[in-house]
Amino acid sequence: MASLVRSWIPLLILQSFLVAVAFGSKEAEQFSEALLLKPLPDRKVLAHFHFENRAPPSNSHGRHHHLFPKAISQLVQKFRVKEMELSFTQGRWNHEHWGGFDPLSSMNAKPVGVELWAVFDVPQSQVDTSWKNLTHALSGLFCASINFLESSTSYAAPTWGFGTNSDKLRYGSLPREAVCTENLTPWLKLLPCRDKDGISALMNRPSVYRGFYHSQRLHLSTVESGQEGLGSGIVLEQTLTVVLQPETTSVETNMQPSWSLSSLFGRKVVGSCVLAKSSNVYLQLEGRLGHESKNVDTEIEAHKLWKNADFDLSLKPDRVLRESSGLLFIFDIDKSSDSEPFDLGLNWKLPSKWSCQQAPLQASRFLMGSGNERGAIAILLKATESQEKLPGRELTDGRCTIKANIFQIFPWYIKVYYHTLQIFVDQQQKTDSEVLKKINVSPSTDKVSSGMLEMMLELPCEVKSAAISIEYDKGFLHIDEYPPDANQGFDIPSALISFPSHHASLDFQEELSKSPLLSSFKEKSLVRSYTEVLLVPLTTPDFSMPYNVITITCTIFALYFGSLLNVLRRRIGEEERFLKSQGKKTGGVKQLLLRLTAKIRGRPIEAPSSESPAAESSFLSTKLIFKIILIAGAAAAWQYFSTDK
Amino acid sequence: MSEMGAEVYYQKFHPEGNQFHPLHFFSGPDSYTLLDNVSCASYGVNVAGIIRAPRGDGKESIVLVTPYDFINGGDYEALSLGITGTLFSLLARVTWLSKDIIWLVADSRYGDYRPVAAWLTEYHSPSFKDSDLLKCGELNTADKFRRAGTMAAALVLKVDGRSERFEDTLSIYAEASNGQMPNLDLINVVNYLAVHRQGFYVKVEKVVSLLSSSWLKIIGEIFEAVGKLAHTLNPDWNFGIPTADYLEGSATLASSLYSQALGIPTGPHGAFRDYQVDAITLKVSPRFPPDSKTRQHDFFLRGAKLLEGTIRSVNNLLEKFHQSFFLYLLTSPSKFISVGVYMIAFALLVASLPMVAASLYIDGCKALNNSTLNPAGNFKSWKWLDAAKQVFALHLFGLIVTLLPYFICQVPGQHSPSNRSIMWGTTSSSLLLITFATIPGCSPFSSRRHGTNWAVLKSVTISAAFIGLCLMSIINFATAEIGALLLVPTCLIVQPIKPALRSRRIKSLLGAFCSMVLLTIGFPVMLFAISKGLFGEGLVGLSLGGEFWTWLESLWAWKSATYLYIGMVHLPCWLLCLCILFHPS
Repeated sequence: MASLVRSWIPLLILQSFLVAVAFGSKEAEQFSEALLLKPLPDRKVLAHFHFENRAPPSNSHGRHHHLFPKAISQLVQKFRVKEMELSFTQGRWNHEHWGGFDPLSSMNAKPVGVELWAVFDVPQSQVDTSWKNLTHALSGLFCASINFLESSTSYAAPTWGFGTNSDKLRYGSLPREAVCTENLTPWLKLLPCRDKDGISALMNRPSVYRGFYHSQRLHLSTVESGQEGLGSGIVLEQTLTVVLQPETTSVETNMQPSWSLSSLFGRKVVGSCVLAKSSNVYLQLEGRLGHESKNVDTEIEAHKLWKNADFDLSLKPDRVLRESSGLLFIFDIDKSSDSEPFDLGLNWKLPSKWSCQQAPLQASRFLMGSGNERGAIAILLKATESQEKLPGRELTDGRCTIKANIFQIFPWYIKVYYHTLQIFVDQQQKTDSEVLKKINVSPSTDKVSSGMLEMMLELPCEVKSAAISIEYDKGFLHIDEYPPDANQGFDIPSALISFPSHHASLDFQEELSKSPLLSSFKEKSLVRSYTEVLLVPLTTPDFSMPYNVITITCTIFALYFGSLLNVLRRRIGEEERFLKSQGKKTGGVKQLLLRLTAKIRGRPIEAPSSESPAAESSFLSTKLIFKIILIAGAAAAWQYFSTDK
Repeated sequence: MSEMGAEVYYQKFHPEGNQFHPLHFFSGPDSYTLLDNVSCASYGVNVAGIIRAPRGDGKESIVLVTPYDFINGGDYEALSLGITGTLFSLLARVTWLSKDIIWLVADSRYGDYRPVAAWLTEYHSPSFKDSDLLKCGELNTADKFRRAGTMAAALVLKVDGRSERFEDTLSIYAEASNGQMPNLDLINVVNYLAVHRQGFYVKVEKVVSLLSSSWLKIIGEIFEAVGKLAHTLNPDWNFGIPTADYLEGSATLASSLYSQALGIPTGPHGAFRDYQVDAITLKVSPRFPPDSKTRQHDFFLRGAKLLEGTIRSVNNLLEKFHQSFFLYLLTSPSKFISVGVYMIAFALLVASLPMVAASLYIDGCKALNNSTLNPAGNFKSWKWLDAAKQVFALHLFGLIVTLLPYFICQVPGQHSPSNRSIMWGTTSSSLLLITFATIPGCSPFSSRRHGTNWAVLKSVTISAAFIGLCLMSIINFATAEIGALLLVPTCLIVQPIKPALRSRRIKSLLGAFCSMVLLTIGFPVMLFAISKGLFGEGLVGLSLGGEFWTWLESLWAWKSATYLYIGMVHLPCWLLCLCILFHPS
């Protein structure tokens, strides 16, 4: 009995709704799909697709899966991945308008390009090898150059700055990776219904990639069963977050645009994926709680929630949930069919304005300085308006403080001088001991490993702005490390700012969510925000210079040896005597003129008249001049053609 | 701007800030000294808006600048603001952007350059410290400054007065401080789009007086004739150009060379060059008066289309402009002379100097050995030391003269430029006298015949000039080129005047006359007056000193290396030539 209880504890914690299933004799693999729609304050609409696939622990080796993708389970078994997250992102998350303090943004606002982190369940010495193998496997699986993360210069091992405390964690990101359909297709292949049926059928490629922000994420974690002989279960969570701009016809600028699923995606949902246990569509409206009455007992008032003076929905929601900052409408798409497709629409009648909850501090990062030699990186944290209202303030020594973790990877060609770290709080320079609570630095090694900076700042609550600057020198790359063409510059990956004392979660007043999407929102997640990717222009050497140097050196050598040999070989006295004995010979100059005119006219030289070697030596000086002219001409021609390019 | 979906902020700056400091010549732009006591009486406000590219990664940005005077901006300034505003609202809606767009409306009450420079300083090297400026006025600008990554290119748009030609005219200004040029590709893109797509008449600045000069026309005709002759000899030789083209080209080249040599940026784009950002100023002149509404639409459309095309071209670039197109001289908006070609002329000019120096040294040594039974004969190889001492002393004098204005500026009280120039002139000439008096053998007027041999002195002078010119050609080629044109003939031709007068031969008299003329022209003040005359401005006798002072002041205010060249290379070499001319031997 005791062992039975023990086995249930992790299950209870991690998958509360599975309990009901666990009573059954055999646990089944589960798949559920959900779509969350959320109008944003800046006239855009966020669509968040959420798919969850669970494989329960089982003891069969070489197992057969019903729903769970085999590629992922093999990956987990082979590299003993405990937890892993891979995200492909295009565009930037707008923290100001799209929110920064809800679970949606803290989990799905990702840096541009590819980001990968993984925790392994292997001995410390094998973590790096596992990571390298994993990157190669993933790069094949997702048609992306994730294998570039293999080299030790591109990943780091954060200890506490990343939020997960583990020494078997590896983190790497590729800011330059372009994200397109070729990455989405393999991601969709992991779903049981692909994009043929259910919610994923909405993913019309042109409309998805036309959006302002696009982030596809794959998160997997293993669940230890605890029982002997049983393997571990896997939870695979796949999300796609898109921010779209609905097309509007109204001229009024402060009116929110009305939209429907078919106008956003150009497609409609015709029934759920038959393999899914639940498939729901949610519509979240923020900031609508103030002018609604508290009790929704009567039918009329419930009706008022979705059809009122401000807006109306085209379909009747199955349920309405209230959470701390807004309303959540739940729709079940099982009822829809070919004849009656599910096409949710939101029609605004009155202009409305609201603002999103923002993270306590808004971070931006930029480069300072000019020139190709050195510079500085600055991270600017600005207080947002919602800062005072947020929970999570801490009182240490009677002072109210906000904690902020900064985690930053520096590529080795950015040689950071950590002693130049300067911190300004509200335009006053502070010493490190005043605001820095913890700092962890691992310097980079040239061409071997990247540098990493983790620090925990403790700022007073009433802080308006804080700035951190750190100076660096630009390194020199080896000739074959340069990209083949004239390059744009080199990237510094995003810094991660997280607030360890702030947690984002939606809390619903009613208790009934069985949906994995809602339960993941209910869990407390760390508030995080990624900064911009920076572009560092490094000195680009002139790659044709070695060629020029070789040419000029050869010319100098030739001139030197030529004249030296000339001096050694020639006997001037003898030549003069010889010339005197020969006497003057006419016709040399005339012949030269003939040749010159022929050259100028571009015709071949006429058949040369018989010339004796003696005659040649007589006008040696003129020949020399001619040679010099020839060389000069060749040089001029070479100059002309070389500059022409 | 925020209506268009852009992020807007204001930035305050100080109009002044250019002060002469001798050590600031080659330091980077971030060494601006922050003034401690700041008055709220005068400050400018820049407005900037940023459009974030919808799917871009925010690593790079393109900057559009329109100078605008908020208080007394004319119709033309409003027109430029209108063109950029329309374009900006278009760009806020397009989907092809991959780089962010920044639109800076610079407050041009305090000149065009200063607000842009202040904004760039704030962009690239902000001070996180508290500034008094932020508390001025009701506008709160603190912590609102926004950035958008590395700048890829910048375009400054100005609408100027009416065009004299039939078409709308577009003038391109490219020269930044110390003769630095933006990437040629940027000019090419603008020129191509303006000529072939929008039908603008594109021009770059040229020296107008050269266009009508007859001697240049004759040279052009000779070139044309030679080109034709060559073409008849061999049909493949097509180097002949029409006289008109030649005239235009040389006038443009002269202007290009002159503005590069001055080292003063020709517009607000110069501020960007300090941060390695390619930037040009486009000055558009419409062919209609600003109040005619009918033609305005067409002009609007074409101006905005040109800018859009340029931005789109830069936007579509995956990499930077190629790094090798920075050294060039423009002969027309579509033609240029590459560094590989124009270096040859300079190299040939300068190459004669070391050869002449070597031959003179050998001659001088021989003469010295013949004329005197030198007691110090065993120090034969140290003969140049005396001359070197003199050359060094005069160069030191040049350095002091260069630094003098700094101290003159520190003299309390308000002085007019002419007063200051007189102060400068008197102090430097008295210094010169002191130098001649204290250092033996320096003075050209000393009666000692056992002073340094003039040939040795000339050889050392020539070597010093050679080194100076070569150094300058690395820093600012155009200055070195113009300087070499003056300095090389002077140094080569100069000879003691006394023996020439004594001999009374035509050849030596002619040489003496030539050296006199060259030396008169070579005096910096004289040179300034001549160049003023050349560029079509009147010559006023008395105020010349004042004007010269203002000119020099502008040079050091812009941190132009030309000032250093004049003070530390040209002036000492000119003085040395003077010494040789009046050498007693």
